[in-house]
Amino acid sequence: MSNTDFLGLDGKPGNFTARLRIRPRYIDADKCTACGMCTQYCPRHLVDEYNEGLALTRPIHIDYPQAVPASYFIDPEACLHLKHGTCKICVPVCQTRAIDFDQQPEEVELKVGAAVMAPGFGRIPDTALEQYNYGAHPDVVTSLEFERMLCASGPFEGELRRFSDRRHPRNLAFIQCVGSRDLGCDNGYCSSVCCMYAIKEAMVAKEHEPELEITIYYMDMRTQGKGFDAARARAEAMGIKFVRARVADVMPWEDRLKLTYATMDGGHYFEAYDMVVLSVGLDSPADAAGLADRAGFELNHYDFCRTSTFAPLQTSKEGVLVAGAFQGPKDIPESVTQSSAAAGLVSALAKKDRGKGYVVKDYPEEQQLADDEEIRIGVFVCHCGVNIAGVVDVPNVDQYVEGMEGVVYHAQSLYSCSQDAQEVLKQKIKEHNLNRVVMAACSPRTHEPLFQETLKDAGLNRCLFEMVNIRDQCSWVHANEPKAATDKSKDLVRMGIAKARHIKPLPEQTVPVIDKAMVIGGGVAGMTAALSLAEQGFATALVEKEGQLGGHLKDARYTMHGEPVEKTLKDLVARVKKNKNIEVLTDTELVQLNGYVGNFSSQLKSRKGKGGETTVDHGIVVVATGGREHRPEKVLGSPVDYSAKVITQNELEQRLSGKAKNRAPNSVVMVQCAGSRGDDLAYCSKNCCNNAVKNALKIKEINPESQVVVLYRDLRTYGYAEDAYRQAREKGVLFVPYSMETKPGLTTGGKTPKVSFYDPILRDDVELKPDLLVLSTGIVPEDTQELSRLLRVPINEDKFYLEAHVKLRPVELPVAGVYVCGLAHSPQPVEEIVVQAQAAAAKAAIPLVKGYVSVEPTVSTVDQSLCIGCGLCESLCPYQAIRMFKDDNNKRKAETVTASCKGCGICAAHCPVFAISMGGFTDEQITAQIEAFGA
Amino acid sequence: MAQDEFNPRILGFLCNWCCYAAADAAGVSRYQYPPNLRTIRIMCTGRLDPAFVFRGFAEGADGIFTGG
Repeated sequence: MSNTDFLGLDGKPGNFTARLRIRPRYIDADKCTACGMCTQYCPRHLVDEYNEGLALTRPIHIDYPQAVPASYFIDPEACLHLKHGTCKICVPVCQTRAIDFDQQPEEVELKVGAAVMAPGFGRIPDTALEQYNYGAHPDVVTSLEFERMLCASGPFEGELRRFSDRRHPRNLAFIQCVGSRDLGCDNGYCSSVCCMYAIKEAMVAKEHEPELEITIYYMDMRTQGKGFDAARARAEAMGIKFVRARVADVMPWEDRLKLTYATMDGGHYFEAYDMVVLSVGLDSPADAAGLADRAGFELNHYDFCRTSTFAPLQTSKEGVLVAGAFQGPKDIPESVTQSSAAAGLVSALAKKDRGKGYVVKDYPEEQQLADDEEIRIGVFVCHCGVNIAGVVDVPNVDQYVEGMEGVVYHAQSLYSCSQDAQEVLKQKIKEHNLNRVVMAACSPRTHEPLFQETLKDAGLNRCLFEMVNIRDQCSWVHANEPKAATDKSKDLVRMGIAKARHIKPLPEQTVPVIDKAMVIGGGVAGMTAALSLAEQGFATALVEKEGQLGGHLKDARYTMHGEPVEKTLKDLVARVKKNKNIEVLTDTELVQLNGYVGNFSSQLKSRKGKGGETTVDHGIVVVATGGREHRPEKVLGSPVDYSAKVITQNELEQRLSGKAKNRAPNSVVMVQCAGSRGDDLAYCSKNCCNNAVKNALKIKEINPESQVVVLYRDLRTYGYAEDAYRQAREKGVLFVPYSMETKPGLTTGGKTPKVSFYDPILRDDVELKPDLLVLSTGIVPEDTQELSRLLRVPINEDKFYLEAHVKLRPVELPVAGVYVCGLAHSPQPVEEIVVQAQAAAAKAAIPLVKGYVSVEPTVSTVDQSLCIGCGLCESLCPYQAIRMFKDDNNKRKAETVTASCKGCGICAAHCPVFAISMGGFTDEQITAQIEAFGA
Repeated sequence: MAQDEFNPRILGFLCNWCCYAAADAAGVSRYQYPPNLRTIRIMCTGRLDPAFVFRGFAEGADGIFTGG
């Protein structure tokens, strides 16, 4: 429901009534073919908000090509007809008669069990940007504007020019933390994403303009996400400069901009730039207060949604959940993870209504084709109004296929996708006894399912269909070359017909799913995932190697917000043990995993007694094997002798929550990135800065006189943790930066630890002999090397599991039916672990809810009579979708695990004896297309 | 001059998930490019058997384009 406002939520959890107002779009979305003719004729200009006001559009428009629904709409505030009762030029222009000025706003009520709030983020107010001359000088732009400027499909096609004189800039500067970490605009938090997007934009700009010199002015480079530090290193290797400084102002200077900045050592400098990009943060959504009021939940002090560490998606109102940046500023993977998790939580709430309200569609019985059946192809050439026919000579293309081998019928249609055209298609299939259909129209990516549905309605197998793209990839891209476009259409149609002669009906396959889940790892991630699956109604085996549940959360004592950890953990363990759907298997480990999505079989071995083995059959598996605190032997080049005075951050937390009198001594030095970020481990562990700040505050709470010094590289208290960082500084905790060029020296063997470091403010070396030296040592994953071999899933160079897609499929592994969450995925704080576990459970529940896995007909099949058992295909398959087995004659043969196959065809392209065939893309079919290309 | 103009015939193999989608998006955005390309959609460029490339040349292609 797009173009819809949320008016209010009444009732109780499980039985809400949501009130909505659907605003008129003045276009019937079902009739609109997104041809764009209306925009071409609309006489009025409108500032294009999607392109950040850098381009013009028209009141009747679509925001961007991938918009959903793919339908245009009219901006009522700008339309001449809706404003002044004139114009209406668009009405006769629209060939599908989709424009409807009679549409009225409509209020609807929806019965819902739960609601998810996902309004995203808002804009940083202009006042926060004006101090950098934004708005006054054309060459000061925001990062959002810069993103559109760089975009290849944006208003300037990615060509970077200054607005003032259209000249290509020679150098430019990024200013970080604009509207973030800034009490001046009441945004004390860190927006978490700007450092990374600035690096990305800088790299893209450099790709577009290799000569461009780029400098990023920052306070702390907060690239704490998985793989982000590596991206920063790549940016540096490309020549992008990083300068740690605060920018005081940006002033016009001849035809350039003068940037004044102060560095950490108190030095003041200035530099001239052709352009300045402001890395703007994420603000709370404009109507956050209104939304909270209408739905009845509370906001936090920054007007984002208030949640808690152990229930990160639960708003203050039961049955109302939150997901995405509204919960707190965050990047794409975390937003995607949260949305999955929210869906899973809703699925548990709405469990009793699952499966209700479905209507199952009936199809006529499928016509069986004999192998030697005469090929009867029907070719349909679409005009798409003037979209195709305005360029391509459609009658000519239609006539061209006359007499081609196998073609028994051909016709043109005005709009092939219209409802009446489907009826005509069905009728012609019957009338001419067609058993192959070639549709020359738009893109199979958008319209193939529609036509295939019509084939099924006509009793034909849906694979007896071939689509030829003469709109998106022909008439639209050769608009000024009608002759050439017509020739191209003819060639493409000829190639499509050649393929169609070889297409075959393919079976609709489904693979049943065993109605049970297995979760490996009984820490907070595993328990949360198991509980979420159980609450969604699925039997779950929770396998834990150790004797008891809890994992490393047992070692934690308190959160940054003061929430008690021990009680929460105890409650979680109790809930897991009490849940009838969960079978807890402690002292147990996985020794073997066979099978594929829907049909796994695991060998489990007890670590107690005689070590008996059991087999568990299950449909999916969630990997939540966690990680542990790293204990490097060397830190920053100095060997470490751990003792009562040289401890890790985790040990400090336990000490501080104990009863010892001297638990918070008078002098404490903390060393961040001890063994991380290239010191021993290559990566940032995301938690250590938060923990250091949390524990420093605890020390100050217990012993306000204590002198706490934190030596750090970049302090990464992203999100709301920035508040705690600020409090710590207010309470007198000293934060002293170091770099890998000025590493602190540690002496730990003796009675008292010694730390020497360079203080950039004193501009001198300092030596301290603290009562306590605390090392922030990072996190390493637990046993991933061994388990990844059992599961046949990849791990990255840091030994964390490698997800199927970093941004869009963050909790799925490349092998179907295997999901990951928690520290096995990447280092992250407990709040993010909880969400990730809920997300993995939500994704894993999809096949369990359906009860089967649908297999696309494009999967591979192995002709075992040809297979020589070389195993090349098995070793190349990225999805573990081919396995070797011994046939009746004890010969090694390959077979496709259809439920796991994604249809990529790597196996078919490499099989040395051509034994593998791809559904709908056989060697025969592709070869026929190539030969028709040459004909 | 016209007869000297090189007008190549190019055969393209496009991955359904990326390059074919990009080619569609180019159309939606109305980018114009020379009409010399004839495309074959495949589900992944992993499907591209080198034999297809040779056959394309044998059938008279002046160039083979793969996008994936």
